[in-house]
Amino acid sequence: MTTSSNLVYLIALPLFSSAILLLLGRIADKWGHLVATLVSASTFVIAAVEFFAMRQRSGDARAIHQDLFTWISVGSFNVHASLLLDQLSICFVLLITGVGTLIHIYSIAYMSHDHDRRRFFAFLNLFVAAMLLLVLGDSYLNLYVGWEGVGLASYLLIGFWNQKPNYAVAAKKAFVANRIGDVGLSLAIMIAFAQFGTVSFSGVEAGVPHASTAALTALGAMLLLAAAGKSAQFPLQSWLGDAMAGPTPVSALIHAATMVTAGVYLITRSHFVFDASPTAQTMVLVVGAITLLFGALVGTAKDDIKKALAASTMSQIGYMILATGLGPVGYAFAIMHLLTHGFFKAGMFLGAGSVMHGMNDEVNMRRYGAIGKVMPITAITFGLGYLAIIGVPPFAGFYSKDKIIETAFNAGGAKGVIVGGAALLGAAITAFYMTRVIVLTFTGTKRWDDEAHPHESPSLMWIPMVVLAIGSVASGFLFNSGHAMVNWLAPVVNAAGIHDEKELLPPLTVSLLALGVVAVGVAIAILKYRTNVAAEAPEDVSILTKIVRRDLLQDDFNDRVLVRPGQALTRFFVAMDNNFIDGIVRGVGGVVAVSSTNLRKIQNGYVRSYALIMVIGVLALIATIWMVTL
Amino acid sequence: MDISNYLYLSAILFTIGAVGVVVRRNAIVVFMCVELMLNAANLAFVTFSRVNGDLVGQVASLFTMVVAACEVVVGLAIIVTMYRSRRSASVDDASLLKR
Repeated sequence: MTTSSNLVYLIALPLFSSAILLLLGRIADKWGHLVATLVSASTFVIAAVEFFAMRQRSGDARAIHQDLFTWISVGSFNVHASLLLDQLSICFVLLITGVGTLIHIYSIAYMSHDHDRRRFFAFLNLFVAAMLLLVLGDSYLNLYVGWEGVGLASYLLIGFWNQKPNYAVAAKKAFVANRIGDVGLSLAIMIAFAQFGTVSFSGVEAGVPHASTAALTALGAMLLLAAAGKSAQFPLQSWLGDAMAGPTPVSALIHAATMVTAGVYLITRSHFVFDASPTAQTMVLVVGAITLLFGALVGTAKDDIKKALAASTMSQIGYMILATGLGPVGYAFAIMHLLTHGFFKAGMFLGAGSVMHGMNDEVNMRRYGAIGKVMPITAITFGLGYLAIIGVPPFAGFYSKDKIIETAFNAGGAKGVIVGGAALLGAAITAFYMTRVIVLTFTGTKRWDDEAHPHESPSLMWIPMVVLAIGSVASGFLFNSGHAMVNWLAPVVNAAGIHDEKELLPPLTVSLLALGVVAVGVAIAILKYRTNVAAEAPEDVSILTKIVRRDLLQDDFNDRVLVRPGQALTRFFVAMDNNFIDGIVRGVGGVVAVSSTNLRKIQNGYVRSYALIMVIGVLALIATIWMVTL
Repeated sequence: MDISNYLYLSAILFTIGAVGVVVRRNAIVVFMCVELMLNAANLAFVTFSRVNGDLVGQVASLFTMVVAACEVVVGLAIIVTMYRSRRSASVDDASLLKR
């Protein structure tokens, strides 16, 4: 373990810049975005320097530790605010700062007409600081601070245009769904403290072999709940689609590339818990498989380009979660898919933003069509991201997604066939809905109004898109060549635990299968959407289409099962409070008031009646004494 | 003569005084009734002094007389002032403290 004093700047710089921009107010309007972008770029430089320094070292010396201060000291329980940069966190730090910086640059142009651009950049920097704290904290409690911080930043940015009531509602929905996950994380921290007396990653890892299976399963389930909340996984997935209310760069950075992958980070970081509890691991697997199909299905019916991409994000994170549920062999592939997904999904979101920028913020793909001709750079970068996500070799998604499908098939037994089949089916649906997005948006005939004048976006916007497109093309090959990613992460995720099991399907077969189903998905989408796309969504569709259009009834389900009973319960408590609790209070007050009114009648002001009362009192006293002594 | 007769007299005088205080409205009469009660007490003191064969009771009754004399001075002054301000010596008219 090496110590360093640079890590804190990664968090402190963007936090400080965010505070400055927020406190200075309108004074900073002219240069606020430049400061924020510069700070973000400098964190990327620090991260890159640390990365190359880490590559120079070997073995255990690769991880860097920095102790900041003693945060909590109660008896034998000590929590230090300290940072840990190891092979796992550096992947995230590079992704967050790298993609973050590109999106800062993009936002300069994208948000240039917004009055509150400075506030937007302050929130972006706040997000970067919180996200870095999340991945750098060396204990669950430190992670928790970052976890809440990114939730706050996400809330602020989804509701950035909160003058529109439904955007503010979307922000609230995201926050509430996240809170449920946060409860899971806080319960996990409490379980860890109760079981192991410590909340640091290394402490919990050391304690796992001595803990009971039930405790580990509970811990794993709570961590999974936390991951489901933050990563929009089943059953807490419903907020992600509405989160698209935020500005598009936010969707690209927070709700595609970084924050929503925090759940994958949490599970990978806690791999020792899941490795020790097969039940918890199976739960992870199930959640991942359900979500990847759920998101893919929702994506097929969305006409809003951002919501289609959001459903895709949900589905791709489902792949990652599924990979983490496959045990030690899956972690590296989960992280690999996470990184490649960070490139191509952020790139596609920026492309969608670019299209919206040219189309007066129109998001309905049925009003697009033939945009490729007027926005060539956007079309090409988006197309590269598209090839990456559907998994065409040699683009990034091919390497990372194929590895997950392959690992799923080889998980052994019926489990392997089921999750492998789900992953394969997901790949086919992914190919279908992404082709649909491409065909509807960039090809075909123009369906936009004459008022719209689509044009290529300024260079500040397309340069980040190009960089991300290069990443979508090359990153998969780079990560996979010589098993670079697997070897890099091996010390962190305990790859020694991998057993060579009998392979159900060899890699080549899996690749061919995957390419086959992808080709089918693409072909269906092209045939279906090549011609005759109505500018309005057709109404006379089958019940299944209607269900998918309503996000597979997730909101209806939540509304019926959770929201309405919750409201009924609230109303009951309000009635209880008004009638019963307040009744007691008012009753006490009423009794006192009535009795005092009656008692006051004794005080009539007549001296003679006072005297009479005194006489009676004295007589009563004498009588009492007399009776007692008798 | 039985010594208990003094005590009966004392009790009767005290009762007359107490009833007078309660039933009469005229402040002067009420005042005299109070004096009657004090003197009933004095009679009891003196009686007990006689029974016990010492002077404690007599000394106490002397004290009572001194206090009663002071009380007469203050009380009559109040009654006179009251009469001057409202042309009435009725205690029922002085009931302003009731609320």
